Amino acid sequence: MIWIDTVIQGVLLGGLYALFASGLSLVFGIMRLVNLAHGDLIVMGAYLILVLVTLLGLSPFVAVLIAMPMMFAVGWLLQKFLLNRTLGDDILPPLLVTFGLSIALQNALLEGFSADSQRLPTNALTTASVDVGPITLGVMPLLTFGSAVLVIVALNQLFYRTELGRAFRATSDDATTASLMGIKPGNIFATATGIALVIVTIAALYLGLRANFDPNIGPARLIYAFEAVIIGGLGSLWGTLLGGIIIGVAQTVGAAINPEWQILAGHVAFLAVLLIRPRGLFPRVND
Amino acid sequence: MALLQTTNLTANYGDFQALFGVDIALNEAETVAIIGANGAGKTTLMRSIAGVLRNTPEAVSFDGRPIGTTPADEIMAQGVAMVPEGRKLFPSLSVEENLLIGTYGRKTSGHWNLTTIYELFPILGERRNNPGTALSGGQQQMVAIGRALMSNPRVLLCDEISLGLAPVVIKDIYKAVPKIKEAGASLIVVEQDIAQAMAVADRVYCMMEGRVTLSGTPDSLSRDDIHKAYFGAGH
Amino acid sequence: MAYTVTTQTRASRITTALGAVLIVVLFALPFFAGRGTIQDMFFILTMLVLAQFWNLLAGYGGLVSIGQQAFVGMGAYALFGGVILWGLDPVPAILLAGAAALVIAVPTAFFAFRLNGAYFAIGTWVIAEVFRLLVAQWKTLGGGTGTSLPRDATRDMWFVELIKEALDVRSAAARDILAYWLALVLALVTIGGIYWLLRTRRGLALAAVRDNTEAAKSVGVDAGRMKWIVFLTSAFGTGLAGGLIYMQKARISPDAAFSVTDWTAYVIFIVVIGGIGTIEGPIIGVLVFFLLQSLLADFGSWYLLTLGVLAIAIMLVAPRGLWGLLSERTGLHLFPIRRRLIGGRLTSSEE
Repeated sequence: MIWIDTVIQGVLLGGLYALFASGLSLVFGIMRLVNLAHGDLIVMGAYLILVLVTLLGLSPFVAVLIAMPMMFAVGWLLQKFLLNRTLGDDILPPLLVTFGLSIALQNALLEGFSADSQRLPTNALTTASVDVGPITLGVMPLLTFGSAVLVIVALNQLFYRTELGRAFRATSDDATTASLMGIKPGNIFATATGIALVIVTIAALYLGLRANFDPNIGPARLIYAFEAVIIGGLGSLWGTLLGGIIIGVAQTVGAAINPEWQILAGHVAFLAVLLIRPRGLFPRVND
Repeated sequence: MALLQTTNLTANYGDFQALFGVDIALNEAETVAIIGANGAGKTTLMRSIAGVLRNTPEAVSFDGRPIGTTPADEIMAQGVAMVPEGRKLFPSLSVEENLLIGTYGRKTSGHWNLTTIYELFPILGERRNNPGTALSGGQQQMVAIGRALMSNPRVLLCDEISLGLAPVVIKDIYKAVPKIKEAGASLIVVEQDIAQAMAVADRVYCMMEGRVTLSGTPDSLSRDDIHKAYFGAGH
Repeated sequence: MAYTVTTQTRASRITTALGAVLIVVLFALPFFAGRGTIQDMFFILTMLVLAQFWNLLAGYGGLVSIGQQAFVGMGAYALFGGVILWGLDPVPAILLAGAAALVIAVPTAFFAFRLNGAYFAIGTWVIAEVFRLLVAQWKTLGGGTGTSLPRDATRDMWFVELIKEALDVRSAAARDILAYWLALVLALVTIGGIYWLLRTRRGLALAAVRDNTEAAKSVGVDAGRMKWIVFLTSAFGTGLAGGLIYMQKARISPDAAFSVTDWTAYVIFIVVIGGIGTIEGPIIGVLVFFLLQSLLADFGSWYLLTLGVLAIAIMLVAPRGLWGLLSERTGLHLFPIRRRLIGGRLTSSEE
């Protein structure tokens, strides 16, 4: 029974990792850009929510609604005025610029908020749990997982049911031809990164509600997100969710055996998938 | 004054100069054909007009406005649409989505919409939900033309729309040209197929090695003139 | 008139002469410089070695790794293991450090080469994390908290007694001088070796692979093999540097030895600021980096913030770095790799 519980906790934890990963997956899918500052942007989102909670006395769930448009703007501007200038055939500029951004962002947060760990205020709801048969599930992990599923459903709807989604796919296929159709690829990319940062903000909410955070934890979140994306197969959002679940389950099972093995077990699961299916579980056909 | 005009247009790819001072003009309700061998600079000319390649502002003008440095998407929004060489359908999009992308971000009024495109090319209506790239070459070309028409352009640039297609398919596609003119568009048609170009065009420009070597109405040009302009003297 | 193909430039001949003088001065440095200077120079030289090898990987090989700390850390731990468990002398154990890095580079490459471009970068990082977590489980070497080199091992280290007597210094200073000389040799061999590699047929093939993998394949360059050679060479050299750095520190912990900031972020900044894809770049970069560190280190996170922003700015404004700017303006090449045709007259058949 304890094992079933461990696995279920792992699946729910996978929801958090899928939230970390969806934004990364979205941006990569559209412009083949890997943003090495992704993890630090998640942490920045958590601090933004914290500031709104502290200054305005809001509940984190309300604060996140204010933070979302702000983070969209950050993403839009970041892509439009910085990252778009790095796109091209050479892989070095985007990598090195986002790496520089990651270091700069981490240290800006350190300067602004110190290295002390913080947590978003919890209430009765966030610490509550429900019993399903013999298993007790936290409301918070359930909410996280539900949000991850919702985000992925919403992104799929956006991609396949809207005009913007068509433009995303067309620009991803061929940016030059898309511009002949009246699409501004630069703005499409900016919008995509804006949306990615909205998802980042949702991820940040759960990050901050579930555990302590400090300015240095960004890179580890980037790594989990990256592992989920690769396991799932580049560009497949449901694959990303499955990837997150695999990392989550590996971590909780690893931790159940020996607490020191939690993180290691996640990485080992990732390497195992890389060994068996180098292109992930659901690779995109035309890549 | 011409609807669309290039003035002393030049273009370079790095150190390689592809166009040397090209002057062409397209009048309202006219169809102009540009013929020439491979590497004559026809596609470069089209890409320069469409804004894929940047120029000096005055090198290209449309409706009296300089557009030589205007980005491709804005040129499209002003009413110049292009059917690119090689069709360039979006593989992630279905036939219908490929058509709809032609109206991205704006409402256009005019003759062309999904219904009229499907009337023009009925086969596309039957295959509307297929991925664009699952179609035959001729059908893909129809999608590419339909996609450009969806914005109801005043000028339609057609780059090598017969390339790689069987003669009977080419005939089918060129049947659409009178209907496109009737709906109010002026056309620039780039062709290697001289006979086809002569049949649809009001005027013809012939290009060789990045320069316009001959121009005139189809009846005024002799086979010999065209041969010389196409391949150069001495052939 | 005859043609000659040469890579020499007038600047490179002057460099050779000046370089020889500089090398003599550097070797003689401990005879007239204080201990602080020697320690600073040790830091500069070891960072330079790391930067040269990262530059070989990323600048020449197109393999952007964020996992170089795996080789620093593994090399350092191999040195500690050799000394503590097998009773080796720390100096020869440096070779063990290189060998250990080489050994773990094989599975690392096996996994990481399955990933392309940016994903290769994060892949190497994940693997470095795996090694850090594994080493933290190694209880005999202190687990997560780390350990120190035994006092008698550092006291009786090769050459220390000799240096003590020759220079009349205390044994701690003698150890620093020894480490400095080893770092100097390592740096010179690294620069010389990379320069040699880039001028061989292999090196030209490397440039071809970086510029266009497909095209390189079509002219018969085995891109896969070049990637392996470059990756393993870099791992070996990085491991040697790691061993040497921690021999001098004499104290190790997994978090420090596998630090992505210290051993990869700094190194990337050095190369980017100096100029990626050149041998001169990392040299300039490490000097600028040292200067910035001396000026800004007291400001803590402001320092790293500045480095990050500087790297972004350089990548956008001058992607070839400071050396790129300089050599563009002046045409200066200290380590010329490009073959130039001199003498004769270029004529084309149509003239």
